Amino acid sequence: MNTAAGPTVDGVALGVVIGLFVIVTGVGFAAARWRRPPAFASLDEWGLGGRGFGSFITWFLLGGDLYTAYTFVAVPAAMFSTGAVSGFFAVPYTIIVYPIIFIFMPRLWSVSHRHGYVTPADFVRGRFDSRSLSTAVAITGIIATMPYIALQLVGIQAVLEVAGLGGSGNTFTRDLPLFIAFAVLAAYTYSSGLRAPALIAFIKDILIYLVIIVAIIYIPYKLGGFGKIFDASEAKLTATPATSFIPGSAGLLSYGTLALGSAMALFMYPHSVTAVLSTKNRTVVRRNASMLPAYSLMLGLLALLGFMAIAAKTSVIGADGKPNAQLVVPALFRQMFPSWFAGVAFSAIAIGALVPAAIMSIAAANLFTRNIYREFFDRSASPAREAAVSKLVSLIVKLGALAFILFLDKTLALNFQLLGGIWILQTFPAVVFGLYTRWLHRYALLAGWAVAMVWGTIAAYRVVAPATGKHFGASVAKIPFFGDHTAYIAITAFVMNVVIAVVLTVVFRALHVPNGKDATQPADYHADADAERVAVPTPA
Amino acid sequence: MTAPHTEPHTGKIRRRKLAPATIAVVAVLLAAPLVALLWVGSYNSKTPRLWGFPFFYWYQLLWVILAAGCTSAAYLLITRTGHDIELESAHQNDEKGTDK
Repeated sequence: MNTAAGPTVDGVALGVVIGLFVIVTGVGFAAARWRRPPAFASLDEWGLGGRGFGSFITWFLLGGDLYTAYTFVAVPAAMFSTGAVSGFFAVPYTIIVYPIIFIFMPRLWSVSHRHGYVTPADFVRGRFDSRSLSTAVAITGIIATMPYIALQLVGIQAVLEVAGLGGSGNTFTRDLPLFIAFAVLAAYTYSSGLRAPALIAFIKDILIYLVIIVAIIYIPYKLGGFGKIFDASEAKLTATPATSFIPGSAGLLSYGTLALGSAMALFMYPHSVTAVLSTKNRTVVRRNASMLPAYSLMLGLLALLGFMAIAAKTSVIGADGKPNAQLVVPALFRQMFPSWFAGVAFSAIAIGALVPAAIMSIAAANLFTRNIYREFFDRSASPAREAAVSKLVSLIVKLGALAFILFLDKTLALNFQLLGGIWILQTFPAVVFGLYTRWLHRYALLAGWAVAMVWGTIAAYRVVAPATGKHFGASVAKIPFFGDHTAYIAITAFVMNVVIAVVLTVVFRALHVPNGKDATQPADYHADADAERVAVPTPA
Repeated sequence: MTAPHTEPHTGKIRRRKLAPATIAVVAVLLAAPLVALLWVGSYNSKTPRLWGFPFFYWYQLLWVILAAGCTSAAYLLITRTGHDIELESAHQNDEKGTDK
């Protein structure tokens, strides 16, 4: 391999990638006919797959949705370049997320089923009777999801670059494969809705599991065992400043808050809620909470690929001749595997990008349609009209993500993704606390959200990476008034958010500020599939 | 549908009533993974090693399996014990709609 000019084209691997991509495309279009109802034109059908997915499909759908291509690329890349604190926290994060959703998600499912809510902002609107609060939740969801979609493209790009596409030629020929992949994705999402990623998730997950099992047996075998891999990583990471092999006493709080904050934030993302609301009854969510950790085990093993790459001295020189840690996983696969299996592994990552990208664009489109279009432009939109708007918006969202990656700096997408995690957690008080109590005042929640959003953004901007001197250097920062302790910015902002919400609630209640009418009843939070939907009154 | 004896049109919704001891066990099962993993100081050490994995790494991977077991046990306790009670829902003609 000529390292100066970047990777050369690997014909066999590319052939395998193209072949599998064609199969996935066929499945994506065929999905429109899968479990097809008599009337397809509504958000319940297009945007939630008919609200009828059982435990088995949901396991694949949620697994395909939450464990994205970007995760597969970024977590090992973080392990490779900076070690445990910024990489391996993904393991405790994806463990503790399940007990957390086990507790509150069935309530959100029930109230959404009873009232026909499609998005978390729909629930906030009904519960708190506040257009400003529900719009805040919807906009936060959209801006947190957009860069996340863009980063799925980074996963595909990393694969294509290592497979040898992307070295030569102008911007157009270099990015043509990415463009085609996304155009096809947009087309079948448009026609099949949530059914497309649900079916493709089966292929994606089977490929990913196959690749991971082979990788964690074959690569350590070639490198002389896990002992040698960890020794090489320890030697490299302890010799490099600002990295960690195992978090020291200064990194404990950062590691713990990163895990907790990410776990609390994960199911605030609209795409997670979309997958949960597509299930057919209340217990599917809980049953899945006990079966989804299989993916976390896989993610943990996948993270260790970053350490394997350290031991294997994998070259991460990109097509532009500069080192790029994001290439580490595909580069390791190309270095260690025969071409045909490297092709299978590349496909697993690329297809792994398509599933979440589709669900995220559907979720963002649902938020726009229900909480912005319907709320501000067309109060009496019919279900068919809502579906039509959502389908169109899902196309625009994907075009936006593509433009983001092609025309703007990639690090900008990374910065926004980091900010997205901080932002989305600030909707937690309104959504999750709202599932249990209406004590918090709607304007107090709004004020807490606003302050936390602003503070979190400023705090993230002010973290300068020591290596590059750039802003948005990390997602941990010192806690104000707490000396030198550093914690995940999202959690610090969340604490401010809650304190403000509580204090202002006391004030607003004392001043008798109107708090709106609650559209939900206590029993709604326990409703199962057989409970009738509450008739939605036509908005005045 | 799961419960044939319910009549959806009456607006009756059932909720599962569990014994206090069961609730306590479920709470412990769900809290255990959070406490164990967020107490990072209890596991940030290199030794003892297992199959070449430093303690920090194998301990967390082990918790993936333990946490799955805890959540499954909580799921079984919730679905297999206790009994359903019916909740009143006054959605039909109630315009006030404020609870608590």
